Amino acid sequence: IAYLLTHPSSICAFLKMACQGLAKGETTNTLKAESESLKAKLEEERAKLHDVELHQVAEKIDALGQFVMKTRRTLKGHGNKVLCMDWCRDKRRIVSSSQDGKVIVWDAYTTNKEHAVTMPCTWVMACAYAPSGCAVACGGLDNKCSVYPLSLDKNENLAAKKKSVAMHTNYLSSCSFTNSDMQILTSSGDGTCALWDVESGQLLQSFHGHSADVLSLDLAPSETGNTFVSGGCDKKANVWDMRSGQNVQSFETHESDINNVKYYPSGDAFATGSDDATCRLYDLRADREVAIYSKDSIIFGASSVDFSLSGRLLFAGYNDYTINVWDVLKGTRVAILFGHENRVSTVRVSPDGTAFCSGSWDNTLRIWA
Amino acid sequence: MWNSFKFVKEGWIDSYMVSKMSSKMVGSNNLAHAKRMVQQLRVEASIERIKVSKASADLMRYCGENAKYDPLLMGIPASENPFKDKKPCTIL
Repeated sequence: IAYLLTHPSSICAFLKMACQGLAKGETTNTLKAESESLKAKLEEERAKLHDVELHQVAEKIDALGQFVMKTRRTLKGHGNKVLCMDWCRDKRRIVSSSQDGKVIVWDAYTTNKEHAVTMPCTWVMACAYAPSGCAVACGGLDNKCSVYPLSLDKNENLAAKKKSVAMHTNYLSSCSFTNSDMQILTSSGDGTCALWDVESGQLLQSFHGHSADVLSLDLAPSETGNTFVSGGCDKKANVWDMRSGQNVQSFETHESDINNVKYYPSGDAFATGSDDATCRLYDLRADREVAIYSKDSIIFGASSVDFSLSGRLLFAGYNDYTINVWDVLKGTRVAILFGHENRVSTVRVSPDGTAFCSGSWDNTLRIWA
Repeated sequence: MWNSFKFVKEGWIDSYMVSKMSSKMVGSNNLAHAKRMVQQLRVEASIERIKVSKASADLMRYCGENAKYDPLLMGIPASENPFKDKKPCTIL
């Protein structure tokens, strides 16, 4: 006590420690040391189970034959870079958004435009179709996610019924409805993800853990429960429990921004596309990266990835204007698709797996089959 | 402050056009941050894991079981694919 009374600075330090609820002796240094030792333990535990590589196990299955995939439809109508697209569950409608603020709903069979709305902001980086097919959500530099009910009346002004749902403090990078039209999950340049109630606009849960812009998120297939994965500029892919907001698993093996994340159809793994020119597969139960899809000749970033229905093929769009098709199990490239005249920004397989759609900075969307 | 902001970093738009960023003062509370890191790592370290051989076998089995339902993998005839034209187009 005498020491404390004669040394005011230590009273301050002592009180500060007491206020921060620290256990005796806990300092930034001891916590940092514990942090390092936990990280080492994590790596050790993961390494113990690393008994083989996925592509080695896959050696015994037949290689895939030649793939012939062609552009079957070209959707022209955007006046600027296409940034995002999503399929409707009816397997024929598509919503797309672009840099000039336009959001268009197309019939992919006929290439007709069914709806168009102009957002009050540019760079509409995110768009999503509601499960019912009756609404679309979109957002971007306005920092919001808005929902537009789709009217059967073509003449109706969609913007009039717009509903602002999500509010972030930086750009909206990605959005997705959950299993119903009632909730939306968003990711943002503000480093967070959030779950919102569409009707009230209320924030239901927020997800903190990324240390830079979150660029993408994907919900686990419904059978696997309430989790989602996110990826961002901090090179991390995080898996979250939607109910508690807890970050349950984290993967950091990419060497640059993770632009896109997508679950493997069984929900046991997910793929990523990154500015480091690789795509990777992470298995959730093994808790580690199990495959890297890369080639020395591929030096531009991968902007978007999606799996075919069985999970055997991974379609990846790149900043070098191409789409590479990968054999997920063997790790080899099975096709390279040319056609776009600028960066491919988004790639999505249709709900019944009969085709996939790509969107590009060349202002068009292409349907491939 | 974020050390990367995608738009500015990529040179897509000038920094002054970007909406104001809220700066996260991570530095101002190192202790709370360190404590959160430790708690997070404890959660991650405690999960159950399986061997890569088992995980790989399961991924392969899923692919195998669903391959026949995968049109892009198997290739389906034009008559069954709404996107493939039934008749060839001739460009005049």
